[in-house]
Amino acid sequence: MTTLTESRRQSLGRALEGIVGKAAVLTDPQELMVYESDGLTLFRALADFVVFPTSTQQVSALVRLADAEGLPFVARGAGTGLSGGCLPTEGGLVIALSRMTRILEVDYDNQLAVVEPGLVNLHLSWAVGPRGYYYAPDPASQQACTIGGNIANNSGGPHTLKYGVTTNHVLGLEVVLPDGEVVWLGGKTRDPLGYDLTGVFVGSEGTFGIATKIVVRLLKKPQAVKTVLAAFDEIDRASEAVSAIIARGLVPAALEMIDQVTIQAVEDAFGCGYPRDAAAALLIELDGLAAGMEAQAERVVAACREAGAREVRTAKDEAERQLLWKGRKSAFGAYGRVSPAYMVMDGVIPRTKLPYVLRRVNEIVAAANLRVGNVFHAGDGNLHPNILYDPRRPGEEARVVQAGAEILKVCAEVGGSISGEHGIGLEKMDYMPFIFSPADLATMHRVKEAFNPRGLCNPGKIFPTKKSCVETGPAYRAHPIEEKGLAQRF
Amino acid sequence: MAHAATLEPLDPTHRLATLEGVDEGVNTCVHCGLCLPYCPTYAELGTEMDSPRGRIVLIKSLAEGRIALTESVVDHLSLCLGCRACETVCPSGVPYGQLIEAAKAEIERQRPGGPLRRLFRWVNFALLLPRPRLLGLAASALRIYQRSGLQRLVRATRLLRLLPGGLPAWEALLPDLPPARERGRLPEVVPAEGARRGRVGLLTGCVQAVVFGAHNRATARVLALNGVEVRVPREQACCGALHAHAGEHARAQELARRTIDVFDAVSVEAVVVNSSGCGAHMKAYGHLLKDDPVYAERARAFSLKVQDVAEFLAREPLRGPRAPVPMTVTYHDPCHVIHGQKIRNQPRQLLGQIPGLTLVELKEADWCCGSAGIYNLTQPEMAARLQERKVQHILATGAAAVVTANPGCIIQIVQGLRARGSPIKVLHLVEILDAAYRRGPEA
Repeated sequence: MTTLTESRRQSLGRALEGIVGKAAVLTDPQELMVYESDGLTLFRALADFVVFPTSTQQVSALVRLADAEGLPFVARGAGTGLSGGCLPTEGGLVIALSRMTRILEVDYDNQLAVVEPGLVNLHLSWAVGPRGYYYAPDPASQQACTIGGNIANNSGGPHTLKYGVTTNHVLGLEVVLPDGEVVWLGGKTRDPLGYDLTGVFVGSEGTFGIATKIVVRLLKKPQAVKTVLAAFDEIDRASEAVSAIIARGLVPAALEMIDQVTIQAVEDAFGCGYPRDAAAALLIELDGLAAGMEAQAERVVAACREAGAREVRTAKDEAERQLLWKGRKSAFGAYGRVSPAYMVMDGVIPRTKLPYVLRRVNEIVAAANLRVGNVFHAGDGNLHPNILYDPRRPGEEARVVQAGAEILKVCAEVGGSISGEHGIGLEKMDYMPFIFSPADLATMHRVKEAFNPRGLCNPGKIFPTKKSCVETGPAYRAHPIEEKGLAQRF
Repeated sequence: MAHAATLEPLDPTHRLATLEGVDEGVNTCVHCGLCLPYCPTYAELGTEMDSPRGRIVLIKSLAEGRIALTESVVDHLSLCLGCRACETVCPSGVPYGQLIEAAKAEIERQRPGGPLRRLFRWVNFALLLPRPRLLGLAASALRIYQRSGLQRLVRATRLLRLLPGGLPAWEALLPDLPPARERGRLPEVVPAEGARRGRVGLLTGCVQAVVFGAHNRATARVLALNGVEVRVPREQACCGALHAHAGEHARAQELARRTIDVFDAVSVEAVVVNSSGCGAHMKAYGHLLKDDPVYAERARAFSLKVQDVAEFLAREPLRGPRAPVPMTVTYHDPCHVIHGQKIRNQPRQLLGQIPGLTLVELKEADWCCGSAGIYNLTQPEMAARLQERKVQHILATGAAAVVTANPGCIIQIVQGLRARGSPIKVLHLVEILDAAYRRGPEA
């Protein structure tokens, strides 16, 4: 929290009220406290103000004020993020977008929609569903998370395997830059000229500005969908089935793994129909044209059986399919039934390394005297080990953080990465050197400075704080091409 | 923590349990936020202090002694409808209803309010609700007020503005009270017709008996036609749900004990309830009296016997001839049926057994209408917003009637529809079932 003097706090408060109105500014410490965490409770940080704009103009005016006053600011959607990415680590302003939830335009002929950033992901699919369309990126938290938050984290989801992540579904953005200027990146056409600045912005974790209008692609719902559940008595066998399915040239829309700890939690929650005593289950979804669907499903079933599945069944109707997905998508929350807190890791590995890495995860967590639940996107090798812990037990949090770091190190060592879709945020800043060299980080920092030269926009995220730290680390050294006058630092 | 020094670490030593028993409940919340879009107050305001997750943070911080019960904290906790929509979607199983009731009890304990508020609450909670006969007399007096022209006079002269706090809102919400003869009591035993299916007790309720005596009679008739003997103990009073929701913890326990005694005395297989707030609350008697050395066990057993009328009836196909009711209706899920008791399909299934009836689904059918016990008296502004939202969805269905299953919802929706001059009827589920048995709805 910044240390504002009382008179400065009051004058800033009045200025903010002048922009968004009195009812849209929080200054009461009890109210601010509610905004001190996102979906990852490991970190807390208190803002000086939380404000609720309702238009691009208001967001722009707020950002201009912050820029003029040197006040840090960060955007927040539904606060379902899992890396502390929307926390006001240096105090200042939280710009909550929960009142910018409109669908501004739907163009079915061109298969696109223009939405505000606070719109809940699933609400868009609900709105266009009756006409046979949907919005493809489906993070597990899609019933609550916002499309603005998805932009920040370039969020994925179970159906990423076939349909790609958020960036593959965003055509254009209206953005309030960190100095308050409003610009458009991309637009409504599919093939914009010039640099793909939309692509640069998506996944920038709120450090390049605030998206206030988002043009997204809409997809036609597939003609046919088949959802297969396969249960295994050994995790290794489930991992082998994953490779076997892909090796047969099948491209499932989703290929998810869920282990026993997780199965039991979601069964307690909603009774979704997963076998409680299985060591692991795969949830495999095929979609596309009705013709040939049966044959594809049979090949999936055969691959699972050959890998040693003890039970394979196909959802008999939409209700059963929805229930299986409800279990999968509620898994993180359901850990609350078996543990007062959890920390979810978001490592990515080559699919072939699944058996090895899962074994290492179990070893690392067991050595730290903790428990782990695994539920993840097996098809694209995006792991989510959830380390279960109790923050009330002294020392346990530190062990969780340590075990998490070791797991991500293993992911990096086998040629993977430390985040698939949750973002770096606060949580993984110090692990960036696992995969990026100082030169890589310095390059990224330059991109950031192009957008956010004063560093007021979501400060204290992404870049490591320790020795390798770029922001406060070694003094700036000019790049050779700069020295030659071929490039210029912003 | 490895990270920024500006972050305040969790401090496990700072635990001050001013709120007994909420500890386990609040720690079940993992802060995932999946509840947010299902909370009506968050949907309306967009502020997380007015979301389930935010309120849990407030309750947790109160229990830990991290914050005090300031004006703003009280406001946010009081703005909770207690609809428990969050419980239905919570993967973690947070017992939110218990948490908010504990918090509201703590608010009453620390901030009982001025003498007028206390008097008003005492008249309602201590004097009238536990005494059906007095409540009946009060209703008669109010009916005279409504019918004599006095109400019109008072409203015209805006005398109400002189009244304190929630009273003007309370006056505005008063439903037209039926004459005393319509409140006529049911006999203590309504015999089963045809092959006997069992014996149940019927909770006639406090407000329910006064305002909607007709629903009780319809319930008894439909149950009897389905082979059920209905016992209606005379000594029963209010179940205490209104007390519990309003933070009157001790009185709620007292009324729970009395209700258990009354129904245990008539030995029935089930206690059938047609007012959802009561049903959900009575199913939680086990929790309410868990520390009562005498009643804990009995309360647990009693809770298992409590059934909503739709839940009970839907266990077997309806019996006997039913005439067609050629009508398009929509169904509004009362919070304490769908979220409090997880009853979603049964009312729809029963409606499906009425020949000629067409059921169209209502958008946000499982959202609170703003009635929420006495919420429309204590929080008239938010109640009106949710009423408007509900009415708009109802109008969009094109149905001729809304079927629901709770007196509070009926009052709230009737008032909302009437204010827009809509002719759409609002019926209790048992009324429309009864109408089918009695050949067609009235008018």
